Order: sequence, then structure tokens, then C-alpha cells
Amino acid sequence: MTTAARAPKRGLIGRVLPGKRPGRTLAEITTVLVAATIAFPLYWMVLTAFKPDGQIQSTDPRPWTLSPTLENFRQVFTVDDFGRYFLNSVIVAGVVVLISLVMSFLAAVALTRFRFRGRTVLLIMILVAQMVPVEALTIPLFFLMRSVGSVAPWFGLNHLGSLILVHLAFSLPFAIWMLRGFVAAVPVELEEAATLDGAGRFRFTWQVLFPLVAPGLVAMSVLSFIHAWNDFLFAKTFIISATENQTLPLAILVFFKPTGNDWGAIMAGSTLMTIPVLVFFVFVQRHLVSGIAGAVKA
Amino acid sequence: MTAELTTESDPRTPPGSTEARHGHRRRRSGDNGQARAAVLYLAPAGVLLIAVMAYPLYQLVQLSLYEYGQAQASGGAPLEFLGLGNYATLLSDSRFWMVLVNTCGFAAVCVLGSLAVGIALAVLAGRVRWLPRTLLFLAALGAWATPAVAGSTVWLFLFDQNFGLVNEVLSGLGWQGMAGFSWTYDRFTAFGLVAGEVIWCSFPFVMVTMYAGIKAIPGEIVEAASLDGASAWRTARSVLLPILRPLLIIATIQSIIWDFKIFTQIYVMTDGGGIAGQNLVLNVYAYQEAFAGSNYGLGSAIGVVMTGLLLLITVIYLWAQRTTGENT
Repeated sequence: MTTAARAPKRGLIGRVLPGKRPGRTLAEITTVLVAATIAFPLYWMVLTAFKPDGQIQSTDPRPWTLSPTLENFRQVFTVDDFGRYFLNSVIVAGVVVLISLVMSFLAAVALTRFRFRGRTVLLIMILVAQMVPVEALTIPLFFLMRSVGSVAPWFGLNHLGSLILVHLAFSLPFAIWMLRGFVAAVPVELEEAATLDGAGRFRFTWQVLFPLVAPGLVAMSVLSFIHAWNDFLFAKTFIISATENQTLPLAILVFFKPTGNDWGAIMAGSTLMTIPVLVFFVFVQRHLVSGIAGAVKA
Repeated sequence: MTAELTTESDPRTPPGSTEARHGHRRRRSGDNGQARAAVLYLAPAGVLLIAVMAYPLYQLVQLSLYEYGQAQASGGAPLEFLGLGNYATLLSDSRFWMVLVNTCGFAAVCVLGSLAVGIALAVLAGRVRWLPRTLLFLAALGAWATPAVAGSTVWLFLFDQNFGLVNEVLSGLGWQGMAGFSWTYDRFTAFGLVAGEVIWCSFPFVMVTMYAGIKAIPGEIVEAASLDGASAWRTARSVLLPILRPLLIIATIQSIIWDFKIFTQIYVMTDGGGIAGQNLVLNVYAYQEAFAGSNYGLGSAIGVVMTGLLLLITVIYLWAQRTTGENT
């Protein structure tokens, strides 16, 4: 009984004075080591991208290089037209972000601010839509895009439009669900005030509501961008013969050769593919975390 | 995800005031105006979702009921209705069962791994000062941000048979057999390698979510628990866990959904499903059947099975959570 009474006391003191906790130094050393381990593959990727070929094709790899070179980057850009694939990826992800921004915002406003019959049903459908494994839809979508292509070639197979269409659709359910929380957090009084000041519904939506949910829009945009940027399956399925319309993930795989993988080029390509997402991520990380928290709380 | 639905009853507006306001608005613009605006606002997203998600989903089921091969896909041959024939083929195919076991085992390892690492690091992050915590979050953010293809290629290179750092270090440490060891040759080491990459890039989501949850718990609750004589373990189990349960459910379901339908990592790291298809999972199997084997009908049937399984797992998990949640 006495030990049971004493133990919580120690716990209490530990909480009031966290500086005195003996295990903290150990915890901090562990944290730093874990962080280094997690970051290591990224470090290795960038390092290899800058290593000369002789040091990559070595059975005695070193975790540094004294003769960094841009040779691998030069090779992927000149020999393999990487700039083109990079641009393709930027176009697909950029267009998806811009359009899904508008579409999901409008839908979120309708589902949060307007009362109409069937609203709950729609909300449930959006939840269900998030659970559809879109990868399973590859086969019907392949045939759909093939028939779309005979009417509007730009949205058919072998064109970037087909990728834009599917990624747009796939990013919408989560984006709508996430923005709903942000739109709902804007007090209704604000809308009444705006109405009293003579703003119509349209003006209120775009001039008041839209800027107010900006953090949610940023987080949502990042997620849509990454989703489209990272896609491998649909790019592989839809872009069959038009190599000039390939996106980055496929272009990197070109360097895997039966005669021996060109690791320098693979790592240079992977670095180029990772950097935009990384910059994006670090830049908006605060919004990202609050965005996910907002979506979770909604 | 459905868990959020229970908290969905608009907690932000107190019921009384909503009624009053609602009535007021109805008098001003009328329900019809709102409904019309709602249709207008919902139309772009709705049309796209119906065309590119709902319709293909219907088509997926339809395709799975037909014999649909190269001859039908290129346009000429008539369709042959098989009913559940494709499913019967699958169920009697020993390879399908192997792939199913692969998928479930692989997803289970990845989900448990991401949850364990993510929760452990979230707890750790809550106990250290600013600098180590920031380093940890930056590293995790980096892993999270890395595209699946890039992550797969880096891990492949680290574990490369001849030029990989891991083999070099292990053999340098005196483990002679590791020089020239092929990680992708054996079925289990190959799966282990892919699982490592998947956990590496999916634990950050769990960590960030759980860390936000832990931070949001008021210190008074923990103090009160310890004043009442609860041990650290008991506090964690009986006080913190119930508070964190909703977040934990979201993290778990999200992980299940992600890991069950992994495609890119398996495809890139095991070169399309491993030696003789030993590393196939459902998603890759469906792709190979359809686009490499021109069995679009059979591939669709695999897709339907995968969708159904995913739905089933999520529903069972939610149901189990709800029952245990009511008991405690």
C-alpha cells in the first residue's frame, strides 16, 4: 500500500518538473539517432546523385564523396530528356491542384452552409468514396479513357488529360471532406453580417469565405499535388506508347537495365522528383499538420 | 473514417439558435434558393465523381462477369457472359490464394509496423526538448514526402546485391555471407525489404496524428489520474488511450487502406511481382492479369475481390472498435 501511495507522488513531481526527469538525456540521444536513421536514405540518395560513377559502381561504398560531380544530372537531362518528363509531371499536378481547389471548395460550401434534402446521404457517399480503392478501377478506367480519346483526344490514352481527369476525381472526396471542417469553423454570424452589408451569396463565398479557409485550401492543395505527382500506376497504364507524355516516375524506371542498373542516373532522377515535394512539404508543414488535424476533428 | 460521422451533428451551432436562424433564412431566400445554389455548387465535383469513379466502379463489376480478353478489347469479338465464372476460376486457382495470403500478411506487417513506430516516436517526441523533436519531425517529414518511386529506388540501392551499403556494412561487421547477398531473391527478404520502405514512408502520418492528439490532452487529466493513485501504465491504458481512441482509429484505418492496396513499391522493388510471381499482391496481380495477360475480365474480378475485402476489413474494425468503446 505504501509503495502504491508513493509511486504516484514521484510521477506527479516528474510532471511538474520535467527538467529533473533522469531519462530525458537518454530519450533525446535516442531521438537524434532515430532522426538520423530516418533521414539516412534521403541523404544516401542525394549523395549518390552527386557521386562520380566510379564511386557508385564500387563494392566499397563510402558515406561521403570528395569529388562531387553533376555528371549524373547532366546525363538524365541531355541523354534522356528528363526536362520534358519533369514538365509533364508539373502540368498534371498543377492543373489537378488548381481545378480541385475550386471544385472541392464549392462542394464543401454547399455541403456545410446550405440546407437541402439529401445532404446527409451525399456526405455519407463522400465518405464511402474515400474508401474506394481507386487502383482497382485501373481496368475500367483504361477502357473509359480509350473511348474518351476517340471523342476528345486530349483526354484519352497517351495524353496528359487522362491523368489529370483521374487524379482530379480521386483527390476530390478527401479534399471536400477536409475543407468541410474549415468552412464549418467560419461562424454563421459572419455570413449574416456580410448579408446585412449587402453582399450576395456569391460575393460572400468568394470574398469572405474563400480567404478565411485558406489554411485548409493550402493543406488540401499539397495533398492533391503529392497524390498526382507520385502516381505511378495510372501513368503506367494510360501512357502506353507516347513516350513524350510520360511522367517522372516512369522515366526513372528507364535506367533499370538488364545489363546493369545506372544507379547514378536513378538517384539523380529520384532526387529531382523528390525535391519539389520536399520543399512543398517543409514550406507548408504547419498548415499540413493543422490541416490534417482539422480534417480529423471535423 | 466513418468514425467521424458520429460526431457529425454540427456541434458548432447550438440547436436552439440554429432553428431560429434557419427559420429566419428560410423566410428570406427560401429553401428552393438554397437547394438550387447547392446543386450549382455541387455539380462540377458531382459530374466528375460520377463519370470517373461511380461509373468505372459499376463497369468493374460488369467486366468481372464477362470473358474479356485481347479479342474483345481490340474490338471485334463478341462478349461472352460468364456469370461468376471468373470468380470460380479465381477460387480454384492456387496462385490466387497465395496472392491473397501475401497481401494480407504483407499489409498486416506494414500496418502494425507503421502504428508501432509512429506511436512510439510520437510518445518519444512528447518527452524531449525542442531541438531533438524538430530534427525528428524534419526527418519524418522527409520520409513522408518522398515519392513512392523515389523511396523504392533508394531502398533498392541501399540493399543492392553488389553495390549496396547494407551488404557492405553487414559483411564488414563480420557477417561474411552478406557480401553479394540478394535481398530480392528470397520471397521473405523481398517482402521484408518492401515492408521496410512502406513503413518508412507511412509511419510519419501516424506519428504526426498521434503527437497532435497527445499534445491536446490537458496536463490536469494526467495529474488527476496520478493523484488518484494510477500508475503510469494504468494512466496510459485507462485515461490516455480512451482519449486518443478516435485518432488511433483514423490512423489505423488509413494505414489499412494504404497498405492493403500497395502497388508502386511492390512493382518497382520486386520488378513486377518478384521471381515467378512470389511477391505478388492483389493489386499487382490484377494489373498483371489484365495488362500483361490480357485477361481483363479476370483482372476485374480480382479488383472486385480487393474492394470487397477492404470494405469488409474496415467495417469489421470499426464495428469491433465501437463495441469495445461502449464497454469501457
